[in-house]
Amino acid sequence: MSEVTLRQWLLSDAPTSRRHARLASLYKGWLSFRSNTMAMFGLGILVFLLLVAAFAPLLAPYDPFAQSLSNRLQPIGVEGHLLGTDSLGRDILSRLIYGSRITLYIVALVALIAPVAGLLVGTVAGYVGGWTDTILMRITDIFLAFPRLVLALAFVAALGAGIENAVLAISLTAWPPYARIARAETLTIRSSDYISAIRLQGAGALRIITKHIWPLCVSSLIVRVTLDMAGIILAAAGLGFLGLGAQPPSPEWGAMISEGRRFILDHWWVATVPGLAIFTVSLAFNLLGDGLRDVLDPKDSGQ
Amino acid sequence: MNMLEVENLWVKFPTRQGIFDAVRGVSFTLGKERLGIVGESGSGKSMTGRAILQLIRPPGIVEADYIKLEGQNLLDFSEPQMREVRGQRISMVMQDPKFSLNPVMTVGEQIMEAYLLHNNTSKAQARAKSIAMLEAVSIRDPERVMRAYPHEVSGGMGQRIMIAMMLIPDPQILIADEPTSALDVSVQRQVLDIMDALVKERGMGLIFISHDLNLVSEFCDRVLIMYAGRVVEVCDADKLHEASHPYTRGLLNSLPRLDQPRKHLEVLQRDPKWSEAPSVGGHS
Amino acid sequence: MALTDGTEQRRPRAPLAPWLKGSLLTLGSIAVTMLGLLFVTFIIGRVMPIDPVLAIVGERASQSTYDAVYEQLGLDKPLLVQFFYYLTDVMRGDFGMSLLNARPVSEDIARVFPATLELATMGVFMGIVLGVPLGVIAAVRRGSWIDQVARVVALVGYSMPIFWLGLMGLLIFYGILGWVGGPGRLDIFYEDIVPARTGMILVDSALAGDWSVFKNAFSHIILPASLLGYYSLAYISRMTRSFMLEQLSAEYVTTARVKGMSERAVIWRHAFKNIRVQLITVIALSYANLLEGSVLTEIIFSWPGIGSYITTALLSADMNAVLGGTVVVGLIFICLNIFSDLLYRVFDPRSK
Repeated sequence: MSEVTLRQWLLSDAPTSRRHARLASLYKGWLSFRSNTMAMFGLGILVFLLLVAAFAPLLAPYDPFAQSLSNRLQPIGVEGHLLGTDSLGRDILSRLIYGSRITLYIVALVALIAPVAGLLVGTVAGYVGGWTDTILMRITDIFLAFPRLVLALAFVAALGAGIENAVLAISLTAWPPYARIARAETLTIRSSDYISAIRLQGAGALRIITKHIWPLCVSSLIVRVTLDMAGIILAAAGLGFLGLGAQPPSPEWGAMISEGRRFILDHWWVATVPGLAIFTVSLAFNLLGDGLRDVLDPKDSGQ
Repeated sequence: MNMLEVENLWVKFPTRQGIFDAVRGVSFTLGKERLGIVGESGSGKSMTGRAILQLIRPPGIVEADYIKLEGQNLLDFSEPQMREVRGQRISMVMQDPKFSLNPVMTVGEQIMEAYLLHNNTSKAQARAKSIAMLEAVSIRDPERVMRAYPHEVSGGMGQRIMIAMMLIPDPQILIADEPTSALDVSVQRQVLDIMDALVKERGMGLIFISHDLNLVSEFCDRVLIMYAGRVVEVCDADKLHEASHPYTRGLLNSLPRLDQPRKHLEVLQRDPKWSEAPSVGGHS
Repeated sequence: MALTDGTEQRRPRAPLAPWLKGSLLTLGSIAVTMLGLLFVTFIIGRVMPIDPVLAIVGERASQSTYDAVYEQLGLDKPLLVQFFYYLTDVMRGDFGMSLLNARPVSEDIARVFPATLELATMGVFMGIVLGVPLGVIAAVRRGSWIDQVARVVALVGYSMPIFWLGLMGLLIFYGILGWVGGPGRLDIFYEDIVPARTGMILVDSALAGDWSVFKNAFSHIILPASLLGYYSLAYISRMTRSFMLEQLSAEYVTTARVKGMSERAVIWRHAFKNIRVQLITVIALSYANLLEGSVLTEIIFSWPGIGSYITTALLSADMNAVLGGTVVVGLIFICLNIFSDLLYRVFDPRSK
């Protein structure tokens, strides 16, 4: 027994326990994911981003808010400021590093709120059926009928500008597709025999939905969320750019582009650098999402 | 006289695990006869038919000593030359008319197109010819069928339309790839009879690809039996019961027979040696 | 009474034709969606932290003036009644007065909308002209260099913030190279020369035969339109590719080859014909997305369209203008969906 390596144990065809089976299937998924170079590249960027955000105070050479008007609009590569300085003489690299925290914060919040809301609406609609289904799905359609950014704009207008409200506005426009997915999954699951069996054992609707339907909806939702992350980042940056998201002097990347916009012709780097950061991160999420889809949702792969 | 001669045909597909040989060294000839190719799925019988028409798409590879059509080696033909061969000289009927007819074009458009591709005539003449061809495959109301879309016709009628479409340029050879497998049992016979009558009347050669040993032995003059990409046995259809290869024997013994009822049907035992042995020549 | 009468009564009533029933259902669901859209905007308007009365009467008005206006606006009525008033107003094309310039919002929107329409149409046109062939070729030559290029183009398009790409475009093509006109629809010198008939300057100047204006307008629109075109290209080419891949593996494609058809005819006359219907939906969706994507693009290029209008109104807390703009864009969204649905029925023989 001691000669069995961890790898062999994980690749065993005959799992000895539930935990063993789950770990084995995770490991196999990881192996197939690992062979996808682009997806690994995306994952690498995101891990790097996480580390940067976690150790921002250690990594940033300056205080992101420290102004130095004598030192303003320094070009890239100038002594002491790797990426130059902005119009108030703040170090762009430091702001970029602190900005990663805001980006992650927004993405994490939206990725928590929207899919959970969608999951709730979708599973209830799919499981209860009848009028509840019709009404909930009609509401979903109404939200889908809105252009997302315009709806988010209107929400922010109603709620007031700021990061939390931007998150809320983006979530409000992002949940309908998840509700659709969750409903479709629920419809197939609920008609299966084992759900009937559980119901015969006396399980209530609440128990069936939370214990048996939700866990099965999760993997398709995860894929969708990962693919949507890039869109979330872009939407958040867009709101920031319009001055409706994070407020100055916050080093949010979209807002940084907005600040740099005024000097675009003479001091191009001020707007260019944060844009590149947004691009890199959303590209990483797209690559990761493609890879995850291949592993978790093989029927869509190759498309 | 041989219309088609195939010598040492290989069809290969590169895969991650190495090269997969779908067809391995198949040789046969075809005269004005009905040649049956029988085998289970994956035996390479369909690939053989498609390789003759050079329809194997990359990354698939077709290799052969030669594939001669009336003495001309098709392997030396350029793609435009092959297009002259396809339809006009060799044609093919496929399994399921539900998928082999274009769903967004009317039946008439599709048949006329087949005629116009090889005949430089007016649309009106192509139309007249198409209607005559539909009548030839026993379609009663050809004018209406010409205007119909494929989803509006039944499977049996769809397959007759397919036969009409494939025979309209007057080819010498027809490859029928499981032409009745997707049809209701009640119309299978009818479709086969129509096809048979037309092939005989026009003096064509027919390659009939099927997994159904009984059907092939009834319908064809000569039978090639394929297994794992090779021809394991060739025999005249009426002498099929004298077949000697264990695979053929196994297939025959696993079929129920009305004239010799048996308590137990045998289960086919496969021998890995069969797939390693060289192909048998299918020359007449 | 129920059993016998029921059957007796049913006979004389002619059953609804299926297509009629289908159309009624579609119309019903469209009406419900539109109603929902208006309700959402109405609610947003009510929770806005802006007092509409104060915005009209000003900070220093007396309580009695305030109350009069409060009543005049119907704010003392129950919410549902207010919604009903709002509904009837919108039906008449009345979105209220802009608080900023005291003009009817509907007039403002009618004035700015052609600019957006011109931009988005040109963008989606570029997206179709380049994206469809790119997607088809990528599918036909799967795995070739052109397929890889198409993949990268789409991936970059999905990942790039549009406003940043717009800034970079301005920097490079206007600031450094000087190939295109800068922000705005025209140079000042060319403004107000041609009469505004459609509001789309390219069309107006062509109608008036004034090609110098046309040239100037073109030099201004080409960059923002290319930008939008790039985004719709990314989407359209990806979708075209996956639709084509599905069709190319279909058996009828082999049938066409067996007939002796050239590869080009097989692809365009057979396979492509089958994706037309799906493409229409994608293009309609992409057009709708461009109307939205133009919000950020219009800001970057100082393009006086509906996106700029909504954003400006938002920043100056002009509630009526924001809601009016939102409703109009939402209605266009719904109309595009209906339109693509209709075309679907016309082009797909199986849907009849």
